[in-house]
Amino acid sequence: MWACAKVFDLTLVLALASAAPALAEAPGRVVSINLCTDQLAMMLAAPGQLVSVSDLASEPQSSSMVRQAAGYAVNHGQAEEVFLMHPDLVLAGSYTALATVDMLRRLGIPVVQVPPANSLAEAVEQVRIVGAALGQEERAEWFATRFETSIRAARIAGPRYSAAFYHPNGYTTGSGTLADEVMGLTGFDNIAATAGVTGGGVLPLERLVMAAPEVLVTSEPYPGASRAEEVLTHPALRAVQDNAGATLHTDADWVCGTPLIMRAINGMRRAHIRLDCKDPGNWNSKMCRLDAQ
Amino acid sequence: MKVLLSLLLLVLLLFAASLLVGPAGLGVGDSLAALFRGEGDAVVLVMREIRLPRALLGAMVGAVLGLSGAAMQGYLRNPLAEPGIIGISSSSALGAVLALQTGAAAMFPLALPLSALSGAGIAVLLILALAGPRGGAMALILAGIAISALAGALTSLVLNLSSNPFAAMEIVFWMMGSLADRSMQHVWLAAPFMVAGSALLLAMGRPLDALTLGEDAAASMGVNLTRLRWQLVIGTALAVGASVAVAGAVGFVGLVVPHLVRPLMGARPSRVLPASMLGGACMVLAADVAVRIVAPDQDLKLGVLTALIGAPFFLHLIWRLRGAEA
Repeated sequence: MWACAKVFDLTLVLALASAAPALAEAPGRVVSINLCTDQLAMMLAAPGQLVSVSDLASEPQSSSMVRQAAGYAVNHGQAEEVFLMHPDLVLAGSYTALATVDMLRRLGIPVVQVPPANSLAEAVEQVRIVGAALGQEERAEWFATRFETSIRAARIAGPRYSAAFYHPNGYTTGSGTLADEVMGLTGFDNIAATAGVTGGGVLPLERLVMAAPEVLVTSEPYPGASRAEEVLTHPALRAVQDNAGATLHTDADWVCGTPLIMRAINGMRRAHIRLDCKDPGNWNSKMCRLDAQ
Repeated sequence: MKVLLSLLLLVLLLFAASLLVGPAGLGVGDSLAALFRGEGDAVVLVMREIRLPRALLGAMVGAVLGLSGAAMQGYLRNPLAEPGIIGISSSSALGAVLALQTGAAAMFPLALPLSALSGAGIAVLLILALAGPRGGAMALILAGIAISALAGALTSLVLNLSSNPFAAMEIVFWMMGSLADRSMQHVWLAAPFMVAGSALLLAMGRPLDALTLGEDAAASMGVNLTRLRWQLVIGTALAVGASVAVAGAVGFVGLVVPHLVRPLMGARPSRVLPASMLGGACMVLAADVAVRIVAPDQDLKLGVLTALIGAPFFLHLIWRLRGAEA
């Protein structure tokens, strides 16, 4: 059974959505100091409305919108530099740069804090929250509706495979997280969630080896050496990868609960299709013939 | 001899325990079948690639730390000498971190232990120069604190400047040490240096016995003091450097173990050295089994446990010395 719905192409959407007029009460100068609010603001703000995004937005390891971020001034989340940009509104995360947020509020600058999304429903909701803060409700509603439709269309009902996230220091992602929901949506059972990990946590390498996941989702090492990342080249983990049907790398698309998470979802969908196509019974299906090309 | 045999037996028991304890919770029979006969895919992987290197490194690291502690105490005739306390471990951690962060270790794997043992060697030379050949407890400890602080600060600086966001979080590993997720590559990388270092240090037994009578007496008995000094410097650098390069700086083993074995073996260095080697292996293996029982799903640092035992012991020694000096 193939769930082969067309999932919307984000770049196309970005191009389509660039022309809606800003409302009268919309803040004129917006500064974002958080990677995830950067993304939402770049998608939703009217031309000229967003003044600056955080420095992380131009780092390819964590940001999916490096090219777009090049069009904005860079800030480092310091109260002083943000204040000197004379913003009418600052967008921030709810757990980072708390001292900066307090200071900006004391200086009389309105700050909207957006909590990190722990589910796809929350991710959709945040599009609306940021849209409202920017006075771009209409455009936000358009994005949110498309986002919801794509999520529904991305669900895979076929056979379920086991999968695990494995990051430096043996860090993994368990139940109650956005990443776990992405796995569940695309037809995978998260080994860490089964092992009782809630939120983020450590899965000892031994237990990962014993669980033998069919898909391993790991991360690209950063430049420069670290002992934390050495575990990713451990011979036992390599053997797990060799036995698994597919290895994926979590990249910037997994970092934020924004419409960009659709790219991560599509990556998982492709992994699911690849595993399906290992079953000789599926070799003649249209999807596997497409995949083989 | 009887003591050495019982210590060896204890090492073997703890080695077996280290192989059988782990977060995966495997049965004893399955584990041993996998280890020796290669039965069961995932279990073989766990036993041969994860637990075996961990147990081997635990024994090796403990052995060289215990031995170098005993050798330094014998040479300096000072009960407080120990690679961790006097900054040798932290200097070799600095060497290791430099090799990793400059990318030298990635191009040439031996650069890691070589750089770590250079760090250790420089620290031993500095200590001997600062504390003097007959260095009193005070001079030795003060010199050690200075070197330790400097090396620690430089290690933190290098890690903070790294382009890798994980590197800064590794300061704890280099200060406390851990055997989690090591592989056989680390065993092969460290083993040759540890064997060479241990051979040099074990050969110091007889000359150190003579040295207990004083330097003049030792010299008149034919001990070449310059040679002995270099034997200590190179032996400690090789042993401690290789150990820190793969497991970080595990403190207090070299301090505690010689004091524990002396009541059993007598005070003669030639007898204390091999016993400290076995005792050190026991201590680190036991600590590494304990970290996995206390916190199976977290990488509790080895140095936390050895410091919990070692630091009070250190205070006790200082207390006793104070009484002796007063």
